[in-house]
Amino acid sequence: MTDAAELRRRTQELLAAHPPGETDRLDFLRARFDAGLAWVHYPEGLGGLGAPRSLQAVVDAELAAAGAPDNDPRRIGIGLGMAAPTILGFGTEEQKRRFLRPLWTGEEVWCQLFSEPGAGSDLAALGTRAVREGGEDGDWVVNGQKVWTSSAHLARFAILIARTDPDVPKHRGITYFVCDMSDPGVDVRPLRQITGEAEFNEVFLTDVRIPDAHRLGAVGDGWRVAQTTLMNERVSIGGMRIPREGGMIGPVAKTWRERPELRTHDTHQRLLRLWVEAEVARLSGERLRQQLVAGQPGHDGAGMKLGFARLNQEISGLEVELLGEEGLLYEDWTMRRPELVDFTGRDAGYRYLRSKGNSIEGGTSEVLLNIVAERVLGLPSEPRTDKDVAWKDLAR
Amino acid sequence: MSQVSTEPDLLYTEEEEALRAAVRDLLTDRCAAADVITRTESATPHDPELWKALTEGMGLAGLLVPEDRGGQGASHREAAVVLEELGRAVAPVPYLTSAVVATEALLGCEGPVADELLAALASGRTVGTLAVALNTGPGAAHRVLRLENGTLHGELTGIADAAAADVLLVPAEDGGLYAVDAAAVTVVPQVSLDQTRPLARITFDAAPGRLLTADASGAVRRALRAGAGLLASEQLGIADQALTETVRYLKERKQFNRPVGGFQALKHRLAQVWLEVVGARAAARNAADALATASADTDVAVAVAQAYAAPVAVHAAEEAVQLHGGLGMTWEHPAHLHLKRAKADSIAYGTAGAHREALAGLVDLQAP
Repeated sequence: MTDAAELRRRTQELLAAHPPGETDRLDFLRARFDAGLAWVHYPEGLGGLGAPRSLQAVVDAELAAAGAPDNDPRRIGIGLGMAAPTILGFGTEEQKRRFLRPLWTGEEVWCQLFSEPGAGSDLAALGTRAVREGGEDGDWVVNGQKVWTSSAHLARFAILIARTDPDVPKHRGITYFVCDMSDPGVDVRPLRQITGEAEFNEVFLTDVRIPDAHRLGAVGDGWRVAQTTLMNERVSIGGMRIPREGGMIGPVAKTWRERPELRTHDTHQRLLRLWVEAEVARLSGERLRQQLVAGQPGHDGAGMKLGFARLNQEISGLEVELLGEEGLLYEDWTMRRPELVDFTGRDAGYRYLRSKGNSIEGGTSEVLLNIVAERVLGLPSEPRTDKDVAWKDLAR
Repeated sequence: MSQVSTEPDLLYTEEEEALRAAVRDLLTDRCAAADVITRTESATPHDPELWKALTEGMGLAGLLVPEDRGGQGASHREAAVVLEELGRAVAPVPYLTSAVVATEALLGCEGPVADELLAALASGRTVGTLAVALNTGPGAAHRVLRLENGTLHGELTGIADAAAADVLLVPAEDGGLYAVDAAAVTVVPQVSLDQTRPLARITFDAAPGRLLTADASGAVRRALRAGAGLLASEQLGIADQALTETVRYLKERKQFNRPVGGFQALKHRLAQVWLEVVGARAAARNAADALATASADTDVAVAVAQAYAAPVAVHAAEEAVQLHGGLGMTWEHPAHLHLKRAKADSIAYGTAGAHREALAGLVDLQAP
């Protein structure tokens, strides 16, 4: 069993062999991966040591203290949070060895080709087709359109779900692939949002060839594989640890303190209410984190995500209003393609508009409320009319 | 994982879970909702037998009192778990008022009179109550009694659990806090919104008092702060039970040839209550842990817990009444016990609004 002391020793060994000041950033990251200190809960040989996940903090703290470079996790969030756990869970040994190291170091950025114009909340209804050419082991040929794809213009690979059998009910005819974004049949077009920017893309797939070796899991088992991806998405969206006033309440509280001339009785009441809710959301997140560390069963991240989406929207909305004349302005409508979704340092108006997406991305709040009601409270699901109908016969 | 030492422990320990199970077992046996409802209209709205089982049987009145002063030497964390369960059952016992608020007030006093009373309250054989109106929050103004020739004169209203009390802790105009035997005053029950924690009017007519401390302000403030902080755990218990009962009922109740709990309009409302209960649990644990560890953050933790948990309990209880349909409006169904307790609790020890006002000062978000 690898304990904290052992991890400290290994981390110091890594630092001694590759002093951060004298080592190329990428070389250091690769060495860290090979030492099993990338994500310690992963297996040996795949960037980990099979240690408890909670011990990662020990390694991170040692490395931060030594000024070691990190893999800029926010830039490669989809790879780390969604693609990696899925590859680990369902990939072949060869796939794990090929993909995980450059994914973790950030050499290869990943994106996610799941949602479609006709398949949002009802993702399993997706219509992008993958047809096998030749016999078993033949390449797959993919045609369709995906949407809301962040980082598609930066990505080398994508996790992709596509329909391989239209003649069975929708959940059963889906297969999960790794798609090479440099394939000539992949066309990435920016999708401009209400903020003026384009952090997302539309992705058109025309006769894209995917070797069978890039299939994750069995043919027709893609829906089950995708559950791993989606579960990890919600955890990564809602499960972060934040200090008091660390979220969107911070900027509005700062404005309130620095600019007394903006204060009104009405905004004061609303600010205090939201401050309390933000603090309680923070404590709920901290409690969930403590449950995970203690190995207790916590609820999934759906609840946290629901809370943060509403709070972000209400807090930024209050801030725009509080700013009065300034709230009537907007920083910049220029079409840009940002690498990161970053709320900090942006104007209240931008945050107000961008946070509207918080209750849509990663599962709409309406769907998440269903998930809480059904999985946590055990309430019955809606009567289903699509369960035993072949995908090709569904209403669309 | 190396945890930052200042991070509060928001979980329940195994011992706390065992305590919860024991209290819940007792309440399941001895505090059925139907009996609670019947008792509200009897001559003894408090349940002395249940109180005896909780205190003499389980030693729960002394959780906040050190062992060398006659108590169990536990902490606010354990008392909070007890209150969750008492809130769940809407138990008609003076636990919050005697074992938390009056006990905290005595812990804020020194001397043989306070020590003797503290041990008496810790045993549960004596019930005490702080003679400050239940709606008073920590730091808020409250009435004090006139002192004439060394005896207390005047009238107080809104004193919770006074009818069950053997001794009253009374603030007087000289700034002191006095212990007054209930036998020396006239206690008249007031018809209360929450009949399981009834209020009373107390008339003092030359009542003799024993001085507990010459400066009551610290003791009273401390008592009300602990009361407000741990009330959040009672509110959590109310909300959690109201949600659990409503979910159970909506799985069974069928209309339109299906369980009504399958309708999205209702599911979303229950999921929303669940989210609020998750938040209330984190806030209540945070306040209990802050009180238990005498954290520098206690004032903020208590104000946040009360500002958040009070409306959550009311919302959960209101949803329970609505979603039970006609059944929820009946005297027979226990939904109204939760509603009345939750609504009264939302005023007790300061409203959510009063606690938000306190926060404005505590976290420097000053009014215009």
